[in-house]
Amino acid sequence: MGMIHRGLRSLLLSELLTGMSLTLRYFFRPKVTLNYPYEKGPLSPRFRGEHALRRYPNGEERCIACKLCEAICPAQAITIEAEPRADGSRRTTRYDIDMTKCIYCGFCEEACPVDAIVEGPNFEFATETREELYYNKEKLLANGDRWEAEIAQNLTADAPYR
Amino acid sequence: MAERLIKSMTLNFGPQHPAAHGVLRLVLEMDGEVIERADPHIGMLHRGTEKLIEYKTYLQALPYFDRLDYTAPLNQEHPFLLAVEKLLGIEVPPRAQYIRVLYCEIGRILNHLLNIATYALDIGAMTPLLWAFEEREKLMEFYERVSGARMHTAYFRAGGVHQDLPAGLLEDIARFCETLPQLIDDVETLLTDNRIFRQRSVDIGAVSLEDALDWGFSGPMLRASGAPWDLRKAQPYECYEDLEFDIPVGKNGDCFDRYLVRIEEMRQSIRIMRQCIERMPDGPVMTQDHKVTPPRRAEMKRSMEALIHHFKLYTEGFHVPAGETYTAVETPKGEFAVYLVADGTNKPYRCKIRPPAFAHLSAMDFMCRGHMLADSVAILGSLDIVFGEVDR
Repeated sequence: MGMIHRGLRSLLLSELLTGMSLTLRYFFRPKVTLNYPYEKGPLSPRFRGEHALRRYPNGEERCIACKLCEAICPAQAITIEAEPRADGSRRTTRYDIDMTKCIYCGFCEEACPVDAIVEGPNFEFATETREELYYNKEKLLANGDRWEAEIAQNLTADAPYR
Repeated sequence: MAERLIKSMTLNFGPQHPAAHGVLRLVLEMDGEVIERADPHIGMLHRGTEKLIEYKTYLQALPYFDRLDYTAPLNQEHPFLLAVEKLLGIEVPPRAQYIRVLYCEIGRILNHLLNIATYALDIGAMTPLLWAFEEREKLMEFYERVSGARMHTAYFRAGGVHQDLPAGLLEDIARFCETLPQLIDDVETLLTDNRIFRQRSVDIGAVSLEDALDWGFSGPMLRASGAPWDLRKAQPYECYEDLEFDIPVGKNGDCFDRYLVRIEEMRQSIRIMRQCIERMPDGPVMTQDHKVTPPRRAEMKRSMEALIHHFKLYTEGFHVPAGETYTAVETPKGEFAVYLVADGTNKPYRCKIRPPAFAHLSAMDFMCRGHMLADSVAILGSLDIVFGEVDR
């Protein structure tokens, strides 16, 4: 009986037809693809994207050149030079991140004691040349100004877990 | 008729071949369409990970492990941290243990989904790939929600995990555990009984138990040959002792058995994940020893002592007492181990990484011999190799 049953199933291509009908059923299910540049998936507040240097609400830059991010960076992508400013406060004169070296591990953000360097929610910063990915202080501060609203929101949302 | 000498033909397979699973170059000596010798040439993805780790602090060495087997990143971080914790002699809080196990099992499903899907694609079935990648995307979203990165997470830390699970995540994972078995069933409907799939995989690359042991196989490769060997049962680490799961075992050790073992392992992983979610204890996710783990941010901003700890940990890192350990865990691909030698400083003296796929790939010649050219693709697919960890 088993033999006949199996032979019949084999002859009638039953397993192939079952598979095809299943594929056909999937065909009519709702689409899961996103129309990317116009639709985007959700991002968590912890997302580690493009770097940004933040400012205090009064416009003063947060970074105090403690160089913890430079020390912890596993890829040695961050370069900092610092000297006292005219008003005596310690600030960076140079803050470079080589985005081609960066591995987006998030250690710089973790290490920063004043929440100055953060990895923001932006992941669309592809460029046409490598040079554009050597970020300097101006670029990072500009990123901070551009993304401050989202970054502040994300940091508040994630604050209970940090 | 005059005698003629036929020279076997040498065929290059890869490194730029979609079925080579990365950058494998196989030099095949062919007698007609039959493989006489298969010579894997590896090293094209060699990045010097082991040497680099010697020049990094223990925390900085961590992201390198994500990049070994990038199909299941958290599973590779795990043995390194277990080794560090063993040398430091610190205990991981129960909640962190459960989170780690939960995410390791997610990693196992990530890996098996990818392997089964690409293996099926290699031997002619395209649809499972599309379905599996949809589920993988959902799983990587869980990774992203907890750590901020879809793949290179750097989430486990010495003494626990970096951050607690965000609110609502466990419920979402539980909901996912309800829907995944349906997908596995659908993939099985397409593949398991399919005559084309069976013709391409049954009795292909069969390895007997003795040979599997001799070649140093582990993981699904060994279990498909009939050995119920799983480090999660054999030498339980973390909280695996308290969890109930079965080890699927194959009979023939061929490509088809390996596929079946992986399918069943996914179901068992879902079982483990459900138990983890049910029993998830409350409490801290990091040891409170601030010589090893950084203090919380709020504390760091108020307390001078916490700030000092923070600065020490993020510049010098913690020192690990001199000693050596071989710590192995069951990753989706097999026994992944770290042999760590510490010399009392803040950097490892030596960190040898034992990837399972290297042993599996070295048996490529043994398994391919006498098979047809097209079977080498099936064998390679069922080996489940990723070049990140073979070449290191």
